[in-house]
Amino acid sequence: MAEVDTSGGGHKKGPGVKKGKKLSTRVDLTPMVDLGFLLITFFVFTTTISLPTAMRLALPDDRVKPEDQNKIKQSGALTILLGKDNNIFYYEGELAPDASNFKSSNFKAIRNVIIDKKQQADTNLVVVIKPTDESTYKNFIDILDEMSINVVKRYAVVDISDVENQLVRKSEGESPEEPTTATATKP
Amino acid sequence: MSRPKIARKSTHVDMTAMCDVAFLLLTFFILTTKPKPSEAVPITTPNSVANKFVPDKEAVMISLDKNDHVYLSISDNALDRAKKKAMIDDINQRNKLGLTDDEIVRLVKQPFIGVAFSQLKQQAQMTDGQINSKNLPGIPTQDTSNNQLIEWIQAAVTAYQGEHMDLILKGDNVSKYPALKNILTAFKKNEQFKFQMVTTPSNVPTGTDLYKENMSKSTSDKM
Repeated sequence: MAEVDTSGGGHKKGPGVKKGKKLSTRVDLTPMVDLGFLLITFFVFTTTISLPTAMRLALPDDRVKPEDQNKIKQSGALTILLGKDNNIFYYEGELAPDASNFKSSNFKAIRNVIIDKKQQADTNLVVVIKPTDESTYKNFIDILDEMSINVVKRYAVVDISDVENQLVRKSEGESPEEPTTATATKP
Repeated sequence: MSRPKIARKSTHVDMTAMCDVAFLLLTFFILTTKPKPSEAVPITTPNSVANKFVPDKEAVMISLDKNDHVYLSISDNALDRAKKKAMIDDINQRNKLGLTDDEIVRLVKQPFIGVAFSQLKQQAQMTDGQINSKNLPGIPTQDTSNNQLIEWIQAAVTAYQGEHMDLILKGDNVSKYPALKNILTAFKKNEQFKFQMVTTPSNVPTGTDLYKENMSKSTSDKM
């Protein structure tokens, strides 16, 4: 280590002789260490290890004949429709002719709907996801993510039917919170 | 009798070693940090709780940007580049595009393909700076009669025949579902039913079923 003994030696000189003051060559490295660790901390915190992850999805084979396809029990079915502006519509079981079981929701509230349905339907639960043309890719991923968050084992992405499409359009025209029936019967 | 003198110890600690370590670490971090490669086509991926990492080899990636433009890219290493060349060769021959060998090599070097078959010749002439979402209109996928992605996937399937290949879909938050559906149609037409979607990782919300499952898994691992 490059250090020079600055203690001035042990031998005492006479009282008249002044001690020549030697300057220390030892540099105080503390601020430099401070700076070094400050920079390290900065780099560690600003570096985000953002390796993207992948969500796996297996599509159903469309070529399977309709009679060979799996039928789902109405009691366990939950159909989720993705509308525009992050609106969600859903109904349980089969869509009633008067659309009385057609309800609106959003991405925050849909989790409870799924959880409730899951408890109620248990193993029969099948979630049918129907994105409309106005829904975004984010909506699609979010709802699939919701499936994995709530551990829904069986779900399917299906094309939307005309009836449902019209219902979504109609209810989006109104306030999304209101029930979506009876617009036709209103004078 | 005098007491033995206790030598006074200096409180001054030698900082040199610590300084060395600090700067060694600093150098290490700076040198190992790779800056995020600037993307010619910016895509903001949605969040999900998926925890599997995106494969970085043997992967065919379909990108869908915010304007619903579709781009095709292949992972960047020697083996996959050979596959990409095979794919472009295949497309070239099947559609009689008349691309020269030089143009094909240039296309292989470019990060992605983002034009219709008829414009591949023009894309081959572009410099790296010109390769961006402004200049490239994307691969046409709009209607089923002219969904050129079908042919690209077909070429990829042929190129990777008998080998492992991952289909990766990278979509932007605001891209519309119909654009996604066109891509899915191209996958289905080629009997590629399994694929992966790129997402940014997010935490599992507490109290949900998946959260509980993960918790029980981690506690059973510890036992």
